[in-house]
Amino acid sequence: MVQLLYFGRLSDVAGKSEEALTLPETVTTTTELRSWLDLRFEAEGALLEPTVRLAVNNEIVFDPHPVRGGDEIAFMPPVGGG
Amino acid sequence: MMTVSADPIDAGAALSAFETDIGGAGGIVSFTGRVRPDSKHGSVATLHLQAYSPMTERGIEQAIAQTEKRWPLSGLKVIHRIGDMAPGDTVVFVAAAAMHRRDAFEAADFLMDYLKTNAIFWKKEVTDQGVVWIEPRPQDYEENARWALTEDA
Repeated sequence: MVQLLYFGRLSDVAGKSEEALTLPETVTTTTELRSWLDLRFEAEGALLEPTVRLAVNNEIVFDPHPVRGGDEIAFMPPVGGG
Repeated sequence: MMTVSADPIDAGAALSAFETDIGGAGGIVSFTGRVRPDSKHGSVATLHLQAYSPMTERGIEQAIAQTEKRWPLSGLKVIHRIGDMAPGDTVVFVAAAAMHRRDAFEAADFLMDYLKTNAIFWKKEVTDQGVVWIEPRPQDYEENARWALTEDA
């Protein structure tokens, strides 16, 4: 299982702000995760945008970064400041 | 020194507590930021702020460390609110204390610049015209500067 977090407008795209799920065996990197989820949500590329950064276990990572069971993976659109 | 919370902020009480904490410094500058009643998207009913803990807190702590390195300060305080707020509610309180006023003014200004642009918050406005997530324009993040603070961690 991985814990997925969707911040900002991506919570509207995903219809939720977080979920726990088991990744298919074909999804082993952040790049594959983006594509898989984008199709699953019919997000039309919203999760593929390079300005949407991914954090794995609270560290911002660069694609492709490995993902595995137990990870917390956050989808972070550009921050708007306080 | 730093708090991110959904609890309402009482800026007057925060300033009082800060004055007591820092003791005998020469000067204190404080800034209180409140929710505006109007935005370019319409008349604001609710401002919603999301943080990602502990990444948001870590970023603010790094900004505080930078501020303390740059100016000789005797105290620094940041309180940032998250969750749903109404116009007039306090979003942010920053206070800086120093032996000399200019250091305190500049330190508070520098920290506010960080909090307003680079801090890890997502912001949604609910107005009479609809609901909109506020994001920077593409040119604002072209240089990737928005992420520099967290990536250095």
